[in-house]
Amino acid sequence: MNFMVEVEKMEMPAEAAAPPKMRASGVSVWYGDKRAIDDVSIDVGQEHVTAFIGPSGCGKSTFLRTLNRMNDTIPNARVTGRIELDGDDIYASNMDVVQLRARVGMVFQKPNPFPKSIFENVAYGPRIHGLASGRQELDAIVERSLKRAGLWEEVKDRLAESGTALSGGQQQRLCIARAIAVDPEVILMDEPCSALDPIATAKIEELIHELRGRYAIVIVTHNMQQAARVSQRTAFFHLGELIEYGETSQIFTNPRVERTKDYITGRYG
Amino acid sequence: MATTGHTLKAFDDDLNRLRASIAEMGGLAEAAIAAAMRALVERDGESARAVVAADKRIDLLETEIETLAVQIIALRAPMADDLREVVAALKIAGVVERIGDYAKNIAKRVPAIEESSNLKPLSLLPEMGRIVAEMVRTALDAFVARDSAKAVQVCERDRAVDDFYNSIFRTLLTFMMENPNNITPATHLLFVAKNLERVGDHATNIAEMVYFAASGEHLAERERGADPTRAGD
Repeated sequence: MNFMVEVEKMEMPAEAAAPPKMRASGVSVWYGDKRAIDDVSIDVGQEHVTAFIGPSGCGKSTFLRTLNRMNDTIPNARVTGRIELDGDDIYASNMDVVQLRARVGMVFQKPNPFPKSIFENVAYGPRIHGLASGRQELDAIVERSLKRAGLWEEVKDRLAESGTALSGGQQQRLCIARAIAVDPEVILMDEPCSALDPIATAKIEELIHELRGRYAIVIVTHNMQQAARVSQRTAFFHLGELIEYGETSQIFTNPRVERTKDYITGRYG
Repeated sequence: MATTGHTLKAFDDDLNRLRASIAEMGGLAEAAIAAAMRALVERDGESARAVVAADKRIDLLETEIETLAVQIIALRAPMADDLREVVAALKIAGVVERIGDYAKNIAKRVPAIEESSNLKPLSLLPEMGRIVAEMVRTALDAFVARDSAKAVQVCERDRAVDDFYNSIFRTLLTFMMENPNNITPATHLLFVAKNLERVGDHATNIAEMVYFAASGEHLAERERGADPTRAGD
């Protein structure tokens, strides 16, 4: 069966004419001679949480990293095709990568707070991007970001303590606060809960739910239940190809492509 | 259709147990209809009582299936066609339990009809019973095989059952008008026919659930046969 044909036929869920926040067209990624991503086209909507699922090595994290040019830092990595943010080519020569990564923020698998105070962790971004004109404004940004990340109540009395002293779940929310602090438009999350316990995971998931709409969110997850819980759109990747992309409820109750079904029902491999 | 087994074999074992229980329950319900109709034709009160007693096993299986289905949902978190199948099993168990009740209901009328046996047996009734029992069997076979085409066959037969019912209804009405002494036995037979007609509808419902479980699509609402007794339905 030719899966690419099916992907082309797949109707994207009808968006009410809203242009996608990000659009990838015919994107391929090479690591040296090895093609890790093969001709992927996908739209990421502003209003949705989009989940990328697929087995290890399917390319979902690689593809996520193309969305804010994180692959630039990997030697030998090469990206072809076109990726747009609000219609602008993010791989264009005049694109400021630092600015791009402020607009398209990222949260990683393992919480990676700076070895600095909680306050400094959040204030760092706004300060280097010149988003605050004074201490007062910076305080306000830090408070607002920590509130949006659902961490404020837990840390407001100890902002001077080290970020690394927090629990794993709190550290991850601190990293989300740090991403939010520079007022991004898109937040990419690469398995943000895989190092967290179920309660901390539930808090992050609730946070994702609350942030939805304010930011376009793309999450890579190994946990299919998590994809089902937090996302409205799900994309299934396999061997570097986008196999199926659709409404999350459709993907999990009635996938159209056999390979998607085998994966989500636990018959893969 | 199930292509390969799950990576987690115990999940397949659970689903197989669920299918086996549904198949057993369906087999019992089908046998109950056949036995009830035989008892009716042969005016055999003893066999009729056996049908009533056997219904307990069907009720028990419904409870077992419910427990197993909830357990699978909680422990295995089924997705896609697996999820649709488990949900279908849960609903089908409830419907089959109803079918068992209809068979029991028919069996319970046997003594009443025995007493007023001046009415000649209706040849259409056993034939109608045979068809609806077969529909139940085919619908359950379709479930176990995840066969949507077979499910469609069941739905298509429901029209014939409705026709049988309408024909029997008119015949019995004629008997009643001919002789008021026929009213009591004819009414009992009418209820029997109505029970069989309901079994046909339930078999069709099962087939629709099977179709959804197997294909992920809902079967278009079928045309109903005209039913003179169901004017306001």
